[in-house]
Amino acid sequence: MAKRQIYLDNNATTPLHPEVQRVMRKALGMFGNPSSLHSFGREARGMVEDARERVASFIGAEADDIIFTGSGSEANNTVLSTLTCQSKACDDKCEHVVEIITTKIEHPCILETSKCLEERGTRVKYIDADCLGKINIEQLKDSITKNTGIVSVMMANNEIGTIQDIKEIAKIVHERGALFHTDAVQAAGKIPVEVGDLDVDFLTLSAHKMYGPKGVGALYVKKGVPFCPLIRGGHQEKGRRAGTENTIGIIGFGKAVDMREKEMEKEGKRLLELKAVLKQGIEEKIPDARFNGHPMDCLQGTLNMSFDGAEGEAILLYLDQEGIAVSTGSACASGSLDPSHVLLATGMQPERAHGSIRISLGRHNTIKDVERVLYVFPGVIKKIRDMSTVETGKE
Amino acid sequence: MASQSWVYTDKAKDHFVNPRNVLKDEEKYHADGKGTVGNIKCGDEMMFFIKVDKEKGVITDCRWKTYGCASAIASTSILSEMVRGMKLRDAYRITPKDITKELGGLPEHKIHCSVLGDKALRAAINDYYDKNGMRDKIEKEEARIICQCMNVTDEEIEHAVLEGARTFYELQERTKLGTVCGQCEPEATRLLGEYVKKHFSKE
Repeated sequence: MAKRQIYLDNNATTPLHPEVQRVMRKALGMFGNPSSLHSFGREARGMVEDARERVASFIGAEADDIIFTGSGSEANNTVLSTLTCQSKACDDKCEHVVEIITTKIEHPCILETSKCLEERGTRVKYIDADCLGKINIEQLKDSITKNTGIVSVMMANNEIGTIQDIKEIAKIVHERGALFHTDAVQAAGKIPVEVGDLDVDFLTLSAHKMYGPKGVGALYVKKGVPFCPLIRGGHQEKGRRAGTENTIGIIGFGKAVDMREKEMEKEGKRLLELKAVLKQGIEEKIPDARFNGHPMDCLQGTLNMSFDGAEGEAILLYLDQEGIAVSTGSACASGSLDPSHVLLATGMQPERAHGSIRISLGRHNTIKDVERVLYVFPGVIKKIRDMSTVETGKE
Repeated sequence: MASQSWVYTDKAKDHFVNPRNVLKDEEKYHADGKGTVGNIKCGDEMMFFIKVDKEKGVITDCRWKTYGCASAIASTSILSEMVRGMKLRDAYRITPKDITKELGGLPEHKIHCSVLGDKALRAAINDYYDKNGMRDKIEKEEARIICQCMNVTDEEIEHAVLEGARTFYELQERTKLGTVCGQCEPEATRLLGEYVKKHFSKE
């Protein structure tokens, strides 16, 4: 008989909210192109614009400020790639930024884009993080020069859950005359995100991290801020992102943020309590478990930990055998040789990063799930440590 | 459903879930030879312990310990079954490919996790030779420098291939070889082909 499956990887992606499923199913037959003038098109256009209103209102923006994209990664790529465009052919809307600043703990879609831009001649500075995953604000202050066009700092980290002080960072950046972007893919839908309050110029969202569909992201662009499209060849999104809209995905996104508005606060508190039980149980039942990330400024449902002497992929796959789905920062799981760049950036030793596990709780998780994990987890760690070359518990 | 999504073969999965011949109590196990390879900083480390019938030159028993991922665990486990009753000189010749073949294959990006087992075994055999006055049988695995400018060895090229390098450019990216004078390109390219064949060809 199949074991009950427990999904604890909600920072990777989330299941569709039942309400989101309902509205998307209802919309499946609606095939009109939102750009068409006839009734089919007008119906689709109405639904897309309705969703835009909802997504905008969710972050305190106006509908005009929201560009729908194919993913959070696309939105992040758009900001960095287009601001640094050096083509003389581009009109004077382009910023031709020659220097950007980001951090060492960003998502790969920021880091790899930055690396690529470096190869094309853009100067990129990477800000350090401390052992809890907070970025070095003093270093940031010292790094911004008159050439710095844009600073990009993620609001909450996907691996360790650490939340940055975005409002303070945005102020520092603006005082020094640069634009500011935040990747709020993990934060939005879990903690309040208000673009006016944060005072950001660009902000990235993704639907599938908040019980919406995959394949839809959004980029908030503040009014009056320079913008140049990444994907060209159509007048969609007011000429800012070509390509026929992912109508049904966008409709699902609109419903997802609606549901988040209703459920987020209460659920956040519940997840925080569940995480506390989980953390305490692990501390009691598993020797030498270490918790990573910030103890306070952390996403409610995210718990990242390391187990000396046990490799992450092995832990993940033994838990998977028991029907429990988690994530790891080990190199082996990613197919590369280096463990999590985020954990390494917090100063963690590679051997400890190889043994890291991330549990990210979501709206469907209950105390029963946590109890099951606490029942299975200690045995898994013991089994791995018993065959490990690394002696544990002798420090 | 579950078996389809599993990236390993059933045999590899079985050896991962039910590892054989794990060393339980090091103090009580009187090994004739012991070898340790790898490094936990890099994500895997293996220890291999053998008992040898000195008359016949045959491995009578073996045990192991591994810090590493599922394929590292599975490959050490299956290796421990392969070498029991095997002549030392045959065990000395086991290659990573023999191990992955026995497992029914490994996903391509996991092959580099299986290359430590045979090294650990050879280290244990060398240890046995060393302790029993048979140093002449130890074959030195000395790395040969291929790129003089950047000091890159054949071992590093092999490593890069295991990590996924398939073109000269990818080799350069990973090892920086051939980025100064470029004289080593023909030899590096030849080795690239050799190592790809050694580890990834289907025969």
